[in-house]
Amino acid sequence: MEFMAKILTIMLSAILINNFVLTRFLGLCSFVGVSKKVEPSIGLGLAVVFVMGLSSLICSVIYNYILVPLHLEYLKIIVFIIVIASYVQLVEIYTRKMVPSLYKALGVYLVLITTNCAVLYVVLYNVQEGYDVLTGTIYGIAGGIGFALAIVVLSHIRERLELSDVPEALQGMPITFIVTGLMAIAFTGFSGLIK
Amino acid sequence: MKSYLEIFKNGLWKENAVFVLALGLCPALAVTTSASDGFGMGIALIFVLSMSVLILSLCRNFISDKVRVPFFMAVIAGFTTITDMSMKAYLPALAKSLGLYVPLIVVNCIPLGRTEVYATKNGPMQSLIDGLGMGAGFTIALTVIGGIRELLGNGTLFKIPVLAAIPSFKPAVMMIMPAGGFIVMGILMGIYAWYNKRASNSGVAEAFGLQDEELVPPEIPDEITHASVAEKN
Repeated sequence: MEFMAKILTIMLSAILINNFVLTRFLGLCSFVGVSKKVEPSIGLGLAVVFVMGLSSLICSVIYNYILVPLHLEYLKIIVFIIVIASYVQLVEIYTRKMVPSLYKALGVYLVLITTNCAVLYVVLYNVQEGYDVLTGTIYGIAGGIGFALAIVVLSHIRERLELSDVPEALQGMPITFIVTGLMAIAFTGFSGLIK
Repeated sequence: MKSYLEIFKNGLWKENAVFVLALGLCPALAVTTSASDGFGMGIALIFVLSMSVLILSLCRNFISDKVRVPFFMAVIAGFTTITDMSMKAYLPALAKSLGLYVPLIVVNCIPLGRTEVYATKNGPMQSLIDGLGMGAGFTIALTVIGGIRELLGNGTLFKIPVLAAIPSFKPAVMMIMPAGGFIVMGILMGIYAWYNKRASNSGVAEAFGLQDEELVPPEIPDEITHASVAEKN
């Protein structure tokens, strides 16, 4: 029971309170780049959930069972980035051949995500906090859900924004940031949720 | 052939990594709760960026195209590790406030983007200057964002009380919180676009001896411009 409560706390905190995009500024490049339309945003969101969960799993296993016994902790940045880049490539090849429908939904975004800082952040954070493999994986998935939530909400707002009269200098990127700022203010309302 | 000064100025203002190209946004917002943190992050990025572009432009003729990106990543990750570890050893206070955002320089779009776009096509000296210019532009952007947020949210600038010295001053805490970062960023980007547009419409362009199009932020991604520049060279 205690374990369930801990997991629930971690998930709530990663999705709502410490949302990866809105309070930690992670994955902003793809966040503002892809959120113009709703449909691609959903695709990217799903791909991020998938990649972040799997990365947390693989990297925790590698860190805890290979790097720590060999005292190679200082190589973690290089190892993590290479592992993430190569397994994403493998997943891409596999889904293209075996699950074409999934590839169609996620494919384009999978490779892009390699350079999404949220993915590297989550694996480094797991190491820093000393999470075990299971907790780390759940944290990764929850972080991905938080990203997906934020990008889908923003894409809906931006579709509406197309129709409104924005001052010329603020069109495009600037207004997107201001809107995101307002979203972040709204999300601070969740901060009292967990003591 | 562009002069070194032009290459430097290009990165510093015309293609400012943060305000125009919108690259490297995560650290630009995450660590800018104070001017000094922003400045420290900028210096760390200058080091990683200039060393990586220098090394990679020296290697550009030996590396096969197929393994290019993993090789870039490995070199950038190496320099990032050096920065991370030396910062923890010599500047522990700064390292603590920048936190995990120092290792995240690896996946920052700026080093990878500049190596891919610029260093693979130009000699080591130009690449180094380009890296320094881009890094300086990034540092200035971060220091400005950090300065504004620190001044309004805390009343200090580089930890020296400025507005806080006024007794009736009440800090706007929202500016230090994440939301403030987004809003300051949006407004600064807007001002940047507005200023460049206005400058190119009025006589400012001629006064500085610049072409109109040099002042307007490029609409096309910089790959295209740089590719065409490289072809002309």
